[in-house]
Amino acid sequence: MKKNSRKKIAVLIIMAFMLAIVAGCGGEAKDTGDKAGDKAEMINVGINVELSGGVASYGTNAKDGALLAIEQINASGGVLGMQLNPVVKDCKSTADEAMSISAALVGENIVAQIGPLTSGDVAGSTPIMMDNKIPLIAPAATASNVTVDDKTGKTNEYIFRVCFIDPFQGTLMAQFAADNLKAKNAVIYADTSTDYGKGLAEYFKKTFGEKGGTIVGEEGYVKDDRDFRATLTKIKGMNPDFIYVPGYYQEVAPLIKQARELGITVPIGGGDGWDSPDMVSVAGNEALNNTYFTNHYSSQDTDPNIVKFVEAYKAKYNKEPDAFAALGYDAIQLMVQGLKDAQAADPVKLAAALAKIKDFEGITGKMSIDEKHNPVKAGVIIEFKDGAQVMNTRIQP
Amino acid sequence: MQIKSKFIRFCIDVLVLTALFILVQYFITTGLLDQYYQINLASMCINIILAVSLNLINGFTGQLSLGHAGFMAVGAYASVVMTQMLGQPFIVGLIVACLAAALGGFIIGVPTLRLRGDYLAIATLALGEIIRVTLQNIDYVNGPAGILGITKMTTWPWLFGATVFTVLVVVNLINSSYGRAIISVREDEVASELMGINTTKYKVMAFVIGAMLAGLAGAMYAHFFYIIKPDTFNFMKSFDILVMVVLGGLGSTTGAIIAALFITALTAVLQSFPAIRMILYALILIIVMIYRPQGLMGNKELSRQIFGRIWGGRK
Repeated sequence: MKKNSRKKIAVLIIMAFMLAIVAGCGGEAKDTGDKAGDKAEMINVGINVELSGGVASYGTNAKDGALLAIEQINASGGVLGMQLNPVVKDCKSTADEAMSISAALVGENIVAQIGPLTSGDVAGSTPIMMDNKIPLIAPAATASNVTVDDKTGKTNEYIFRVCFIDPFQGTLMAQFAADNLKAKNAVIYADTSTDYGKGLAEYFKKTFGEKGGTIVGEEGYVKDDRDFRATLTKIKGMNPDFIYVPGYYQEVAPLIKQARELGITVPIGGGDGWDSPDMVSVAGNEALNNTYFTNHYSSQDTDPNIVKFVEAYKAKYNKEPDAFAALGYDAIQLMVQGLKDAQAADPVKLAAALAKIKDFEGITGKMSIDEKHNPVKAGVIIEFKDGAQVMNTRIQP
Repeated sequence: MQIKSKFIRFCIDVLVLTALFILVQYFITTGLLDQYYQINLASMCINIILAVSLNLINGFTGQLSLGHAGFMAVGAYASVVMTQMLGQPFIVGLIVACLAAALGGFIIGVPTLRLRGDYLAIATLALGEIIRVTLQNIDYVNGPAGILGITKMTTWPWLFGATVFTVLVVVNLINSSYGRAIISVREDEVASELMGINTTKYKVMAFVIGAMLAGLAGAMYAHFFYIIKPDTFNFMKSFDILVMVVLGGLGSTTGAIIAALFITALTAVLQSFPAIRMILYALILIIVMIYRPQGLMGNKELSRQIFGRIWGGRK
């Protein structure tokens, strides 16, 4: 009998638990409905980013940048006479959770969604945004098929981004090598195990050729390679005046170190995969001199708008804003520009206005949205000088 | 008398399930269940399939497998290749997913099930990773970037059908003579071998069926969530499923179902607390495990008898 009653209690507790959750689910949705009704003059902005999981640091910084932008806009009187109300949710760095969060945000009457950061998570969100005709502005999703449907080749009407797509960095570096470094003969030594490395190499080759340069050699390495001496010796024999190494810092850092040890002194260039403190600790200050990489933005830029942004960000969060913070900030600013152009807090009109934005001045450069919803924008070239990242120049394509 | 009451019970089961199906379908068509609830409903069904199938391996057979997400990946990719690249109907995708995952389970199961306990756990964990890394290096399925823009084919009837199918397969298997052999392997491998049971055969059988159902869940997942990439099916996913099984109680199918529902609902409810979400999630798991170390259900099943015992007071 005693055993029975204990069991009874256990089952009751479990059932109560389940009921509480179900009730919690329902109640929550009702609350938000009321909230939206009460604050009619608020514009809800969904922020669906990775606050936990694999890329939590990207999401957190982008969210901080976005919230700073919203704070500044609200302080200066809001948009269309209304205040922006951020609704922040965490997608755990998974595509299925991003989809679920997007659906939850749609229930909160958002005018647009900022995020997620990675291309895969944006893809999870995409069908929901398309179904509900609400624009999604991706701060840092760089895969080309995020804004364009692969199968039909059509642009996804409600998906936008504020970052340049990966391969574009190859174009930027080729321009820099040909125009600023006056390079004539370049060698490409790319990470052939990633789309990133292959894409950058392809665009570099194309633009460098158009600029009158010659690619004298193409070599490849794969992820987790540690010894590059054999290939580097071969490259040395080709006598290039520029070496392009699109890849990630894990391999690039030892690669540069070994190249300098072999007496290769020519400039070496790469993409934003180089952006890590590990570059300096592994390769060393000396070896990194005369190396350059492309990035979305530099916090050392002396442009007055950027200086203002960096100061405000540091004052609020007490840390240096990285590229993700700047892109999150720009995503909100771009949306505000769209709202002003549309003259209405309406998602469909906002999407139409966003597609037409020209010469928008963002922290990460002046951008115009092209027919594939990619921004045509400037990038910066960052140079390593005695172990410090120094901004070299800003390049407008 | 016994046969008659069995038949009546069967009828009641069918009626209850049909009513549940029609009710939810009605809610979906009338728009009472909006997109958000539909996504969580799909997650619940997929998680039930995963938890129940892993419970067959971990709970009933007593073999600690940490590679369940790997079989899910095999199913997901096999079905997507069928439906998206070769243009076959969804049902063909599902069948191929099940077969591919079962084959994968067989190939992996035969050598690894000779191992026991911790060794098997490490071997299955590693094999799950091998599946993931292999997929990352196959250009046909876009490597690490994954396949994007999968047509949504997983609808409520499919989800419901797959979930009921999974539970039926596992429950009927466990209640058969094969099931008793499987449980005897868990209870004492040496003793059951002495009784003339071919332990390897039964272990492999449970493993293959569990893998097949995980493949089914993977196919459902792929055709609901628009994108699949190898990283989705990393070992964290395997642990998520394991958490459901342990939380529900090893060796309890109803426990696995309840835990799958509980975890999915918990994840959804905690969405409103983005900053401390994972802390709360972990905290709740710890509290449950402190007060119910054997899991929510232990190795008991929630059945009509228990309902009767509690509410009717009859034995």
